Amino acid sequence: MSRVAVLKGGRSLERQVSLRSGARVEDALKRLDHEVVPIDVALDLIRRLREAEPDVAFIAMHGRDGEDGTVQELLEILGIPYTGSGVLACVRAMDKVLAKHLMVEEGIPTPEFFAFNETAFRELGAAEALPAIEERLEFPIVVKPSSQGSALGIKFARRPADVPAALVSAFSYDSRVLLERHVDGRDLAVSILDGEALPVVEAVPRDEEFYDFEARYEIGRTDFVCPAELPAGVTEQAQELALRTYRLLGCSAFARVDLMLDAGGELTVLEANPIPGLTETSLLPQAAEAAGISFDELVGRILELALTRAPA
Amino acid sequence: MSVSRDLERYAGLFASRTKVMKSSAMRDLMAVTARPEVISLAGGLPDTSTFPPDTFAAVAQRIAAESCARALQYGPTEGLDETKACIAAVMGAEGMRADPEDVVVTTGGQQVIDLVTKTLIDPGDVVIAEGPTYPGAVPVFSTYQANVVQVDMDADGMRVDLLEETLDRLERDGRRPKFVYTVPSFQNPAGVTMSLPRRRRLVEVAHERELLVLEDNPYGLLRYEGDPPPPLYALDGGVYVMYLGTFSKILSPGIRLGWVVAPPPVIEKINLGKQATDLCTSTLSQLMVQAYFERGRWRDYVDSLTAVYRTRRDTMLDSLADHFPRQAEWTRPAGGLFIWATLPDFIDTTDLLARALRDNVAFVPGEAAFLDGRGRSSMRLNFSGCDEDSIREGIRRIAEVVTEQVELYGTLTGEHRSPAATARTEPPSPGAEVLRMPTPAERERRAEES
Repeated sequence: MSRVAVLKGGRSLERQVSLRSGARVEDALKRLDHEVVPIDVALDLIRRLREAEPDVAFIAMHGRDGEDGTVQELLEILGIPYTGSGVLACVRAMDKVLAKHLMVEEGIPTPEFFAFNETAFRELGAAEALPAIEERLEFPIVVKPSSQGSALGIKFARRPADVPAALVSAFSYDSRVLLERHVDGRDLAVSILDGEALPVVEAVPRDEEFYDFEARYEIGRTDFVCPAELPAGVTEQAQELALRTYRLLGCSAFARVDLMLDAGGELTVLEANPIPGLTETSLLPQAAEAAGISFDELVGRILELALTRAPA
Repeated sequence: MSVSRDLERYAGLFASRTKVMKSSAMRDLMAVTARPEVISLAGGLPDTSTFPPDTFAAVAQRIAAESCARALQYGPTEGLDETKACIAAVMGAEGMRADPEDVVVTTGGQQVIDLVTKTLIDPGDVVIAEGPTYPGAVPVFSTYQANVVQVDMDADGMRVDLLEETLDRLERDGRRPKFVYTVPSFQNPAGVTMSLPRRRRLVEVAHERELLVLEDNPYGLLRYEGDPPPPLYALDGGVYVMYLGTFSKILSPGIRLGWVVAPPPVIEKINLGKQATDLCTSTLSQLMVQAYFERGRWRDYVDSLTAVYRTRRDTMLDSLADHFPRQAEWTRPAGGLFIWATLPDFIDTTDLLARALRDNVAFVPGEAAFLDGRGRSSMRLNFSGCDEDSIREGIRRIAEVVTEQVELYGTLTGEHRSPAATARTEPPSPGAEVLRMPTPAERERRAEES
């Protein structure tokens, strides 16, 4: 059996969720008879990896460092095989602006958007273009940081006066933000495992106005339905779109693609997550379970894929 | 959906009360504040490094020599008589006398909030609290499914006139609140102190309306200037005022020792509740407190803490005046551990915290102190847990990100070179106990706008 370094925690704002994902993965790996070396990612990461000499690293980190390709880059240098997508796919997926531009080019429907760096406002007077953007996108407008993995920093602007404060909030997380057309509809997630789409999960917020950061991970605040009960053909369509997005971004092993289904039956892709949550309430484990793949099996397959893809 | 229940493991097993136990985004943000490189002005921590290790050793030695078996044994639910004697000394220092029969020793002051709520609140019952209120009380009230109504405060503490209006309104709706929860001195998080006239009026209101009041007084002895107004308990004589005391801020939060004083019928129920919760408070902790108090120097230690915290408070106030933009306001506490700062309403302090964490500094976002989504432009700053250099640097870093956001907002709204970006130059008005807290009208406006 393998010696597996489980990378978790780190400096990301999703540290807490990552610690929970890591703990579940560690339990599964132990049940699969692997030797587990848990590492809460900090300044001593490289030293600890060198000391541990793992056969493979299981990256259970979300957001900054884990999902943006940073840790993957370090593991490449150290020659340690790792789970999930490679550096390039992480860079593309984590940067929502880049991912959406790629989707538009590829003809994958994604809500219309405009993206700006803070410097555009500070140095180019981009604020003067806001009325034109608002007219184009129509209220409410979703304002979000480009690279925040969770729903933190996502605001709804309902009228022009809301936009500047929403931008200030979004810029708290990233130097680049998007203003996006709001899609009112059903919140779907398609998880991909080894190039195959799993059953669609629908997240139904209980009484939240907005499916927020808290509800996403909190038991009892969101109902998850899997497989989602969708009109004929929509499931296949959603899975197809998710797979196209997964391939477009160059993801490997697994990922989760979030979509919206609007009242007119149109599907749009919001984003792709190269390392979706692996906690009790996370969508990928739920989707896998609905497909008859237990959590241990899921972890085992993700690990196997990392080992077979091992660098030369 | 049965399908969803199957998928969401354990979800079908949880009590309905867990559904309102909110773990906020903030808690996840707070997980990042624990990292060693972060200057945290977020905690509510006393500085336990000021406690002399020799004293600790002597106290422990004495227990080992004289009462080892007893210290390791269960004790009575209501607490040891020896502990109650120490409690009498502490309450005496603030001009209160309580019948030991009316006292229950608890596992920290937090347990008092839990036991009182457990004793008095059925789901949907109304609790009245200050707005902002102690963030640690919020999950307790939520767990018991209390309906919390928050009454605004100003520089003189809870607006008792607004409390009366609120009570009238509730009465018209046929709802009778069970108790009023207040931290009258150096309030957490606002730092303000309830004036004597308001204290008198609050006690009168309690009597007129047969309404219980829970006076939470963890910081009363940590006063840095001025004369203390009498506690509500002293004004009322223990008829409608229940009193929460704690050794956490005058000795140690690690020993988890607090107490509650309440009228006999209430204390009886609280005692039963405590028995169900944990049988008794740690005997070891109680005997340590007894041994410590018998050395006769506890007031000296409180005085030394007061000196340390006064300097830290002054450092934080000076740093705020030096660095925070002029649109910001903050309270000027005469004691306790916290300053409450309110920023321009376009700044969301939860988002600001995420930005501040990139610069390795943390505070508590104001929304933690409200149950209704208010407080989004405020923050709680703790000055007791960090040394002065850290306080200066921490405030400087927070001010920098605030100023950055004020400037950005100015750019976004076309108000270039906003005057807000320049640091406050005029000193706070002398003699005023606090700088202005937002008026209710302003708060409402903010709530509507956000």
